[in-house]
Amino acid sequence: MMKKVLIFSLAILISGFITAQETKQGSKLPSVNIKTLEGQTFNTKDINNNGKPIIISFWALWCTPCKKELNAYNDNYEDWQEETGVKIIAVSIDDSRSSAKVLPFVRGKDWEFEVLLDPNSDFKRAMSVNMIPHTFILDGEGNIVYQHTSYYEGLEDEIFEIVEKVAAGEYESGTK
Amino acid sequence: MKKLVTILIFALSLTTTVTAQGFLGKSEVHGSFEADGMYYHADKDLGITDSLINGNIFGFNGFADIIYTLGDFSAGFRYEAYLPPIAGFDPSLDGQGFPYLWASYTTEKFSFTVGNFYEQFGNGLVLRTYQEWTLGYDNSINGIRIIYEPTKGIILKGVYGTQRYFWAKYAKNGRGVIKGFDGEININDVFGSLSDSKIKLILGGSAVSKYQSDQNPFYKLPQNVGAFAGRFNLGIGRFVFTSEYAHIINDPSAVNNYIYKPGNGLTFAGSYSTKGLGIFAMFKRNDNMSYKSDEAVTSNALDINFLPPLIEAHTYMLASMYPYATQPNGEIGFQFEIIYSVPKKSKLGGKYGMSININYSQMNDIARERVNDTSFIGESGTMGWKSDFFKFGKQIFNRDLTIEIDKKFNRRFKSIFKYIYQDYDISTILGHTGDPNVKANIGIVDMTWKFTSKKAIRWELQGLWTKQDKGNWAAALIEYTVSPHWFFSIADQYNYGNDHTSERIHYYTGSFGYTLRTTRLSLTYGRQREGVVCVGGVCRQVPASSGFYLTVSSSF
Repeated sequence: MMKKVLIFSLAILISGFITAQETKQGSKLPSVNIKTLEGQTFNTKDINNNGKPIIISFWALWCTPCKKELNAYNDNYEDWQEETGVKIIAVSIDDSRSSAKVLPFVRGKDWEFEVLLDPNSDFKRAMSVNMIPHTFILDGEGNIVYQHTSYYEGLEDEIFEIVEKVAAGEYESGTK
Repeated sequence: MKKLVTILIFALSLTTTVTAQGFLGKSEVHGSFEADGMYYHADKDLGITDSLINGNIFGFNGFADIIYTLGDFSAGFRYEAYLPPIAGFDPSLDGQGFPYLWASYTTEKFSFTVGNFYEQFGNGLVLRTYQEWTLGYDNSINGIRIIYEPTKGIILKGVYGTQRYFWAKYAKNGRGVIKGFDGEININDVFGSLSDSKIKLILGGSAVSKYQSDQNPFYKLPQNVGAFAGRFNLGIGRFVFTSEYAHIINDPSAVNNYIYKPGNGLTFAGSYSTKGLGIFAMFKRNDNMSYKSDEAVTSNALDINFLPPLIEAHTYMLASMYPYATQPNGEIGFQFEIIYSVPKKSKLGGKYGMSININYSQMNDIARERVNDTSFIGESGTMGWKSDFFKFGKQIFNRDLTIEIDKKFNRRFKSIFKYIYQDYDISTILGHTGDPNVKANIGIVDMTWKFTSKKAIRWELQGLWTKQDKGNWAAALIEYTVSPHWFFSIADQYNYGNDHTSERIHYYTGSFGYTLRTTRLSLTYGRQREGVVCVGGVCRQVPASSGFYLTVSSSF
């Protein structure tokens, strides 16, 4: 029993480390219908930033590290946009218990970036996101070049270093 | 042994598929995995005399979810194994297999899915299928789903199938078959002249029916039970109003004690949002709204609809001591919240500003009256009860007032201060029959000191003060993080105020974890207190346990 489990975990770790070495080149966003903060339907294929980088971060009102990560991005957003033109999209997976509360919360916190609602986790599932926070960086062509789970204080610096490289066309998927 | 080899083979073949560039060029493979293992040992103080919980020294929950896409076509599966399920998860999960298997074809106007799928109509009051791994909850429909957008602004959905019930294959005359239809119209998109209007309106309606053949020997049960819902979402400038009303024709079941009363539910939410200020209010009522595909089931399975709890979700250790679970047979309540950011550079706000959050929530039982002189309230085989729609019952299930202040003092130091007052009907919600409501004051301080650009220490101090149930608690936590890879933490919850000195126990834990991009590993050792884990109002009981807990997860 123990053996089965340890080997299963090992299989996951091995696959995880191997795949972590090289995020698939040219992986684009799936086409999923989610919602804007005003309740309008929005298709994820329409996510676009005119050739500049995009950060997509999955979060929820009940996820404290997610809110810390987004606060850190908000504090730096103006500078980051000036330097790289990056666009941040925060996707809330709050379900109908609290999805109506996301709009007043985001305005009350004065978060400047775009927020979308994914109340039945359709986009989260299609992106193979498991635990949140989970953050993706897309390059100018809409390819996913980097992704990361968990948030630790100071992570935003690493995220921005990668965004700078992506904006300059110098980032190689799979490095760092 | 064979199982093990298959797992290893597909795990390794996946890595080669991914690193090779896909055999058809444009095809892509994504996936996620998780393995959770728990290893128990005896713990005299917790009353655990041997190392077995439910007859097992060990629990293991694992899954692997793969998605394959090629142009407009996608397909996928999830493999799950519970060998055996971790303590607190439904023992019916014991086993392994592929409970989630699907294929889908999606174009701009049209989407067709066959196999298992998750879907939500409106707010879920008549249909919501979803999965929550941390609860062991999965009510996916296995069948077909068609989504059609004849023109921009109109979305039509149809579903047909049977729901997942742990590992049980669907058998004729077993659980019910579900058919559902949903239509949504975005008025501003459909009527082009209104597209720039300051008023935004979306209307929607759903009709769902389940068919289950009547195998009950005591009652003549309706074989077809229909449910209907109507909703709107109205935006006017800074205000947004959204509401949904649902009606279930009649669904006598083990959950409602076989009454023939129809069910009804209403949610109504309004908000006002402007820069630096958000105000939110919500009203909710449920009356006999349980709607499952099998009349005999009472566990967390086979729900067709979703009844969200209208209570602030608490995640801090002591704040989640008394969690609320939706009462499907009836509840009525409201929630009110203000989120305000004190401007930066003001006297109170300081250089970095300050955020204040105040929330008040209350859920009561509905007011019930006897249907006639000869039947008592809830008596099986009758119409159950009568209830005035907007009247509040006398019993308070839960109410709480939460005040939270977030302040960043300087570049290195920030803090969250939280106070909660809670009044909790432990008798109804946790089944401690006869116990009075728990009235508790909870205080939390959560501080973070970032001493280099990558290293930080965070500590929490919490207290819960009450004269009921187990008395007072104190808790503390220290966490050290090194971005982007490491965390270490130790925590303790101490029931210092328990009337029985032998029950004044320390629930201590120590954890550490390592993250590399999307792969995360964490190991925890210590004691877990007996309680309830709730996610979105759906809860599972967790027994007290002591031992190791290992989680490994990854996605690509």
